[in-house]
Amino acid sequence: MMDEKKYAELESKISPKPPLIRNLFTAFITGGTICLIGQGISVFYMTYFDFTERTASNPTVATLIFIAMLLTGFGQYRKIAQFGGAGSAVPITGFGNAVISAAIEHRSEGYVLGVGGNMFKLAGSVILFGVASAFIVALIKTILVKFGVVSW
Amino acid sequence: MKGLLKFRTNPTIAATGVVVGPLEKKSPFKPLFDKVYDDERSGQPTNEKGHSKLVEDACMIALRKAGFVPDDADFLLIGDLVNQMTPSNFCASELQIPYVGMFSACATSISSLLTAALLTESGMSACSIAGASSQHNAVERQFRYPVEYGSQKPETAQWTVTAAGVAAVTPNQAGFPAIVSGTIGRVIDLGVTDPFNMGAAMAPAAADTLERHLNGHGRKVKHYDTIITGDLGKIGFEIYQKLIAKKKIETTNNLRDAGAEFFGDDSDFQAGASGTGCSAAIYFSDVYEKMMVGEYKRVLLIATGSLLSPLSFQQGDTIPCIAHAVELEMK
Repeated sequence: MMDEKKYAELESKISPKPPLIRNLFTAFITGGTICLIGQGISVFYMTYFDFTERTASNPTVATLIFIAMLLTGFGQYRKIAQFGGAGSAVPITGFGNAVISAAIEHRSEGYVLGVGGNMFKLAGSVILFGVASAFIVALIKTILVKFGVVSW
Repeated sequence: MKGLLKFRTNPTIAATGVVVGPLEKKSPFKPLFDKVYDDERSGQPTNEKGHSKLVEDACMIALRKAGFVPDDADFLLIGDLVNQMTPSNFCASELQIPYVGMFSACATSISSLLTAALLTESGMSACSIAGASSQHNAVERQFRYPVEYGSQKPETAQWTVTAAGVAAVTPNQAGFPAIVSGTIGRVIDLGVTDPFNMGAAMAPAAADTLERHLNGHGRKVKHYDTIITGDLGKIGFEIYQKLIAKKKIETTNNLRDAGAEFFGDDSDFQAGASGTGCSAAIYFSDVYEKMMVGEYKRVLLIATGSLLSPLSFQQGDTIPCIAHAVELEMK
């Protein structure tokens, strides 16, 4: 029997490597396009409604998530993701897709145990580590402000 | 050598039934499938219920073609990939055929066929239904991510098919493919941990079973019109051929792989198809058909299975793999 190390060598010689340059490019295009659309929505809210650059971000995010919801429900988001990779996973639409896809998936187990219990199955760790790292960053900044190194 | 089976009474596969989902219309083997659903769930409210219906329909088709009703069958030997195999259990509940759930992951098509042949050989079965099934949505949600979750699959990934394939095994009848021998696989684990590269994980198991079958039964590769592995996929199949070459087994161009061929060259499915129903669907449609018309006289089916669970790979364990072989002959 072949040993594991030798097999890993043989396997890695045959298994294709991820096309890094191509993936970087498609991720850039996809992520960039999503952000461009977001910027457009933001400008729309600032032009036609009473929003400032700061306050327009909330309705913009909500609109993007709504679009991601429709694309997920109609089975299109995963196709975009196969092309875009990180480009469609990192923006807020990727977070929306993670929550929505899990909710759709577990609908068959009911609203409480299914949708409620599983909706954050994938996004849960994003929320946990997002909140935890935000807390640490805020703590560092508070200390720096206190000692007059930086200002708010 | 251990784990070898020889069937002196030559049980036969009197009929087969293959049912697939809507996406499987893209398969070049589509004309050979008995039934193609227009709906992934076949009109059922959940994926799992659709999965039960899939295997139940396949069983009914095989029974009908063999001229039986469920009451005539002695044993039902089927399996799938869903936790505790509930789709097969519900199917067994509907059919009311005495049932043993079979699990060898994607190698279930052959482990169940071998078990059916043993029961037939012992004289205790006049008709056994053996086979396996998988349903894309039900399996993906359990092993990977929600179906609509957007993640980029690497080129080594394989697509779990929605397919059920079963065979009606009877005592020897002239004019049907006979089960002449078999080899029960050993679990082989060469340290692959990537569930998106199952072909590479399973290839050593397939090569090991092939070698043991050839040596144990005193056969050469050229004895067979084809040797068709289960669902190694395009990458796994390439590795498997390299492994065979390293083992100094003399090959001809008669090697095939059901997973690599299932969707033809469609790159939407990355390295090809996989899933319990993958090998079952091709074995019991294309291979069976070719034997019936005389194109194949002797074939060796080697179904391969990854015996992992979502828990085992999350805990960083390697993927233990198995391959079972059965030799069919058209006498």
